[in-house]
Amino acid sequence: MSYQFDFSFLIERWPAFAAGAWLTIQLTVVAIALGFALGTVCALTRVYGHPLLRRLIGAYVEVIRNTPLLMQLFIVYFGIASLGLRLSADVSAVIALAVNMGAYTTEIMRAGIEAVPRTQVEAADVLGLSRLQVIAHVVLLPAIERVYPALSGQFVLSMLASSVTSQISAEELTATAERIQSVTYRSFEVYIGVALVYLALSLLYRVGFWAIGTVLFVRRRRLATAL
Amino acid sequence: MVELSSVHVLYLLEAAKWTIALSLIALIGGALLGLTVALARVSRSKALRLAATGYIQVIQGTPLLIVLFLSYFGLSIVGYPVDSLVAAGFSLTLFSGAFLGEIWRGCIQAVPRTQWEASDCLGLGRLQQYVHVILPQAMRIAIPPTVGFVAEVVKNTSLASIIGFVELARAGQIINNSTFQPFLVFALVGSIYFAICYPLTAASRRLERRFHVVR
Repeated sequence: MSYQFDFSFLIERWPAFAAGAWLTIQLTVVAIALGFALGTVCALTRVYGHPLLRRLIGAYVEVIRNTPLLMQLFIVYFGIASLGLRLSADVSAVIALAVNMGAYTTEIMRAGIEAVPRTQVEAADVLGLSRLQVIAHVVLLPAIERVYPALSGQFVLSMLASSVTSQISAEELTATAERIQSVTYRSFEVYIGVALVYLALSLLYRVGFWAIGTVLFVRRRRLATAL
Repeated sequence: MVELSSVHVLYLLEAAKWTIALSLIALIGGALLGLTVALARVSRSKALRLAATGYIQVIQGTPLLIVLFLSYFGLSIVGYPVDSLVAAGFSLTLFSGAFLGEIWRGCIQAVPRTQWEASDCLGLGRLQQYVHVILPQAMRIAIPPTVGFVAEVVKNTSLASIIGFVELARAGQIINNSTFQPFLVFALVGSIYFAICYPLTAASRRLERRFHVVR
């Protein structure tokens, strides 16, 4: 093998990688927040809403979950622009990621909501809590707690999947790697380096979700069924 | 500018065959790798368990796109000229191997302990236990999630378009380059993916319901 590995230039270029990683974090944190909100509202509607709305949300979930994120991204970035609304790459990336995450969150949250025993909702009704109060205090938090591991796992996967937003020229981590690769011609080293950054990011996200989980779910409440 | 016509639709359907072919390559390779990984994860050897865990952590902690770039650009620089089909097949195999390995490990561990003990009492060796007692039962549990994962693989083959392999997503980009109707073209491409994936996810759900009732 005649190829000489040289990782030294990666160190000089760390500011570029840091900037790329920072944009990846910004894009995905915003997308996770929006996707989670969207998914939670959709899940509640899917369980408690009008039958027509339920079917509509069912269709949304199926369409998103059965098509590649790359195509969703192209439709948002190229498709919507061709219809006259020009969105920047970053905004398109956030929209596509959030809509994508929303569908997965809907399915996960629905499982959590359906696992809240009927009797608890009925008991809350009897106590005179309004619909909104029941949802906020009795349904939502225990539901989130129950599906929290699945939810955070999905969010980490979505963070990794955000690498495809490089294809619509969002200057995040993968796009940074492609750019450095194209000037240094050291693709192997660049992508090894960037793989390590992604590994660190997914570790960071896992630790972050774990920390949020311990703060959010103080174990004072007993779930009616095992987690 | 070229009008979108039935020729384009036929071209997309032709490209969809490559999407399916690539998925099959990834699934066959991934199944062999995944079974090895799953067995290594429940093995009695600590070294094997560690190696399998490390592999899964690395693959599940890095984007498939980066693995794809590593196999495409990386291997060709080290001296093996790699074409996009080989690189895509290779990285999707690594990807499916890690995920199927984790899914199947769960299924193997879901087989009740007593089954191991009973077959121990009958004097079966480790291999016999797996072949005759554990794996047949684990397989039954594994079918619904595995079918669901096939859809995941089909969707992920779209990343092969980024290294220039002409499958469904790439064909869509090519057509869009001449027709300039991205909304229509990518919606059409998306609906072909949907037509492939929806039956799989629907079957996965149905199988899951059926197995739950039986158990």
